[in-house]
Amino acid sequence: MNESEVYDKVVELIKPYAKNQDALASISTESNILEDLEVNSARLVDIVLAFEDDFDIEVEDDDADAIITIGDAVKLICKQLG
Amino acid sequence: MTKEVNSSGKNRVVITGLGVLSPNAHGLTEYEQALRSGTSGIRFFETLAELKFGCQIGGAPQGVEELKHQYLPEEDLLAMNQAMTYAAIAGMDCWRDAGLREISPESDVDWDTGAIIGAGIGGLDTVGEKLIPKVDAKRVRRLGSTLVEQVMASAVSAKLGGILGLGGQVYSNSSACTTGTEAIINAYFHIKEGRAKRVMAGGAEGSSHYIWAGFDGMRVLNTKSNDAPELGSRPMSASANGFIPGSGAGLLMLESLESALERGVRIYAEIGGANVNCGGHRGGGSMTAPNPEGVIRCIHAALKEGNIQAQDIDAINGHLTATFADPKEIENWGNALGRKNDDFPLVNSTKSLIGHGLGAAGGLECTAAILQLYKGFIHGSLNCEDLHPEIESIKNSVVHKTQDFDGQYIAKSSFGFGDVNGCIIFRKWQN
Repeated sequence: MNESEVYDKVVELIKPYAKNQDALASISTESNILEDLEVNSARLVDIVLAFEDDFDIEVEDDDADAIITIGDAVKLICKQLG
Repeated sequence: MTKEVNSSGKNRVVITGLGVLSPNAHGLTEYEQALRSGTSGIRFFETLAELKFGCQIGGAPQGVEELKHQYLPEEDLLAMNQAMTYAAIAGMDCWRDAGLREISPESDVDWDTGAIIGAGIGGLDTVGEKLIPKVDAKRVRRLGSTLVEQVMASAVSAKLGGILGLGGQVYSNSSACTTGTEAIINAYFHIKEGRAKRVMAGGAEGSSHYIWAGFDGMRVLNTKSNDAPELGSRPMSASANGFIPGSGAGLLMLESLESALERGVRIYAEIGGANVNCGGHRGGGSMTAPNPEGVIRCIHAALKEGNIQAQDIDAINGHLTATFADPKEIENWGNALGRKNDDFPLVNSTKSLIGHGLGAAGGLECTAAILQLYKGFIHGSLNCEDLHPEIESIKNSVVHKTQDFDGQYIAKSSFGFGDVNGCIIFRKWQN
């Protein structure tokens, strides 16, 4: 899976949790998950679980805490996928 | 003294909004029609048969999987179980029916409105489907973030408080099958004492087999009507042998008369008087049976609280579940009011149409009582053509077919495990 495919999948997985659905139209690697997409911070746990299930990876809590933007998530997942 | 307060100088309390999601209807128009026509909401459940329940029929709101998307965004629904979803749909309907501001995440907080919405059992669907399987499989870390808010005792009120932006006291009560009625009574006293202008109140319960299983295990459900669901719920009948589990949500907007008149909104009814108590598991009462003295005291206190005479009660919307307790309930009412035989008020059981909604029952049935008072009818009770011999003496008061009604007072009673009682007397609103 290349980086672009990972990005598309990440956006798809985050989409249901975004309270600001309008922000999805202009989403990019720079989009801040909590501030721009207005995801409830408690739901980051669920998003990380979705990453783990979908990409068949394991994300450590410290690594999960470091995810701020869509780009951070893509980078972490690509690293895990090798 | 103005007319907005009673003789004690306390606020008068009226109903200005209703919301209902019932096994036989969604919304007031459908509900009124279903009550009038005697439409049963009891259906056969394949899941209950597969799981070898004795009772394989029940009452669940229909079409909720589609309906919920018209009310709530995906982000909310990811963390909502059945009871929360039912409460949200009925609550949003109730809010709009009361003519309040637009529902939006961007709205201001309404500091004048609270909510008291309870569940009898609560989020056992979430416990059964998510919590226990994951914990037992040592997968606690994969429970995610949405579990606590669905299993906490205040789940149904907490979510709705956020959807509507409520700023008054928001909490959930729980008193078994009295829950919904108790919530309305608590809201009544809250407004009467001047602590809030408005409180949305009632109850909600999910439709999960995990919620219903315990009652099946107790042998208190009717197991003899699996092939004829609509005949299964038989309050007051000689052939009654257990209740049919139900679910849904029924919510009322209670408001001070002063606030309602100020807003110029429609008033459905006034709360004339109310009381809740407990029989203390004495005098024949137990965890599962009422102490008759407790019931009678509750009814007397509700009458006294509203300065209403026993003779004033025109109709009773009973608790009447279709267990051995029905004849006892009728006897208690007769003794409490001192009215026997043909002098007994008209009586019906909404559970004959929708089953026993447990924590939702009080809300669903108070909504039925108010609609009947406001629209001038008393709905027929299904499946009691063969009246229980101990109820025979009041046979002329049992309403079998829907009839016109011009009365002023309908009493609603609910009784629950724990020997708890609740009684509300609704008064027809006259401007």
